[in-house]
Amino acid sequence: MKLSRTARLTGLALSSTLLLAACGTDEQRPVASAEDTVDSGITCAEGGLTAAGSSAQKNAVDEWVKAYQGACPGATINYQSAGSGAGIEQFIAGTTAFAGSDSALKDDEVAQAAARCKTGPAINLPMVIGPVAIAYNLDGVDELVLDAPALAKIFSGRITTWDDAALQALNPDASLPSSRIQPFVRSDESGTSDNVQKYLEAAAPAEWTFGDGKKFNGPGNQSAAKSDGVTQAVISTPGAVTYVEGSFAENAGLSVAKISTGASEPVELTGETAGEAVEAATVTGTGNDLSLKLDYATKDEGAYPIVLVTYEIVCEKGTPADQLELLTSFLSFTSSDEGQDLLEDVGYAPLPSSIRKKVEAAVAVLS
Amino acid sequence: MSSLSTTPPPSVSPDGRAGTLPRTGGRSSERRGDRVFRGLSLGAGLSLLGIIVAIAVFLVVQAVPALRDNTASFLTDTVWDPNAASPAFGIVALAFGTVLSSLLALAMALPVALGVALFISHYAPRRLAGPLGYVVDLLAAVPSVVYGLWGIFFLNDKVIDTSAFLAEHVGWFPLFGADGIYGRSVFLASIVLAIMILPIIASLSREVFLQVPTSQQEAALALGATRWEMIRTAVLPFGKPGVIGATMLGLGRALGETIAVAIVLSPAFVVSLDILTPNSGNTIAANIALGFAEASSTGRGALIASGLVLFAITLVVNVLARAIIHRRREFTA
Repeated sequence: MKLSRTARLTGLALSSTLLLAACGTDEQRPVASAEDTVDSGITCAEGGLTAAGSSAQKNAVDEWVKAYQGACPGATINYQSAGSGAGIEQFIAGTTAFAGSDSALKDDEVAQAAARCKTGPAINLPMVIGPVAIAYNLDGVDELVLDAPALAKIFSGRITTWDDAALQALNPDASLPSSRIQPFVRSDESGTSDNVQKYLEAAAPAEWTFGDGKKFNGPGNQSAAKSDGVTQAVISTPGAVTYVEGSFAENAGLSVAKISTGASEPVELTGETAGEAVEAATVTGTGNDLSLKLDYATKDEGAYPIVLVTYEIVCEKGTPADQLELLTSFLSFTSSDEGQDLLEDVGYAPLPSSIRKKVEAAVAVLS
Repeated sequence: MSSLSTTPPPSVSPDGRAGTLPRTGGRSSERRGDRVFRGLSLGAGLSLLGIIVAIAVFLVVQAVPALRDNTASFLTDTVWDPNAASPAFGIVALAFGTVLSSLLALAMALPVALGVALFISHYAPRRLAGPLGYVVDLLAAVPSVVYGLWGIFFLNDKVIDTSAFLAEHVGWFPLFGADGIYGRSVFLASIVLAIMILPIIASLSREVFLQVPTSQQEAALALGATRWEMIRTAVLPFGKPGVIGATMLGLGRALGETIAVAIVLSPAFVVSLDILTPNSGNTIAANIALGFAEASSTGRGALIASGLVLFAITLVVNVLARAIIHRRREFTA
């Protein structure tokens, strides 16, 4: 991912140098613009747009904004990763055109958001799927299989060594050391923690009795701030294990555990397996509201169960007229195949096509 | 001033009004300048008071709805779960951790800071003292996030080793209880805080020590005092109020330090003296930083309420410092 970004930057630098030099090398320009149009299913609109919210989808939105602004020089889109709570608050206050959120609007927020939109309700559009990796640091163990009950016990201090019988049963072929497990969780409040706990609650109800929420509740864990923090903690601590968004584990080169879900084979984290889990989700919203209820306990073949779905929250009707065109244009890009494909480079999973099409249709009728 | 201005007029008045007029005009403009300046400084003082009152009012107003929804006792509980459906939060663990980590930091920083200050003011050769002073001031200007990153990337490993050693050999000491996992602890946070407040205390103390009248120092030396005795009898007593003031400034920074602590600490809402282990405490400021972004409106109110407590703690610390300095002054006078 880093390479491709560097390559793109280099390309940009090269082409702009060429343009500046005004050599008139006409052969160069089509190449450059052809590269641009690879990304674009973009119908440009002009103006400025401010949005704020979830930091979990920041990298995705940044990627989209970069592509969109690259194709449409007249547009400026500014996404502040202030956190879901702050994002929703700013949306309700009317200072932003849409909010990014790790969870759909809650009951009390629905009414406030509707009041903001004046002529219609606010709707939740699932837009970014962030698979959550179980990343670990264990010398000599390249493949590790874990399941929900084992994870529930690890993240509550009840499995404390790597050669615990439960882990050995899951990994008959691995030689697990007798060293202590050092589980790391997020010290800040985070949608990732919330999803992981919801997963544990659903898939291991007997073992996980600590509830969910954005604060991680399991006892006996060390914690570190933000995704960067837990990633760094696992890198520097032998025997450590954590949950972190897939992109962080991937970029840091950490080993990632497969999850045994009850399907015939343990599921590896890939864009495809994460999308599979979202496909199994049920839409609980009505009309164009596409709030999803994930089935964390899914046993579907090849469905990776620990995923974070983040939403864009917009007014179904009632977006100020001067922002509407750009908002619709931008969101139809993000929900297009081209937009979703961009995400795989930065560690997210694309929306499964059934849901993507619904999102696209909902965006098309925003007014 | 008044005696000066009353003497010239008689000598001028015989020459006529023309001579006196500019003078009176000058005098009244002086008065106007006085008045304007007094007004400006009064305004500055009042606006500071106004800002403090405004902050306090803001904190109270924002905190009250959350406090009303609170199902636990804010002042006596250690639980912190303000985003739950039935929010429950208490300040005890946070306040304890804040004060503990700051006091530890102070205990570590103060002796070193005084040593640095005395070295620069009384021991170092002049050629060294200048640059050293600059370096100390430079340390004070390093952003706290840098200290935090340095703390977690570099210092944590060392602290883990040190903690293991301490737990093994002096584990009987109440602060050094442990269960085999170290680092990301209140101990680490305190060390980082100590390093952050060290330059503040050192820099201000140095200034105070440099103000000690040479006559007193020479008198002490003339009476046969060694340099250490001179420092003990002349420099330290003179500098004491200043050092206390500097210490309180440092303590204020330690109490309110946010991001460095948030980065290095593995926080937990417990009242614990086991400073070597992770999950041995939390601080108010770090908790606000970690919780604010994803907080519900009640959660935010709870965090603001905790901010109010921090405000109060800082205020108490400052008032105490004032009281100490004041009493000192009465004694020496």
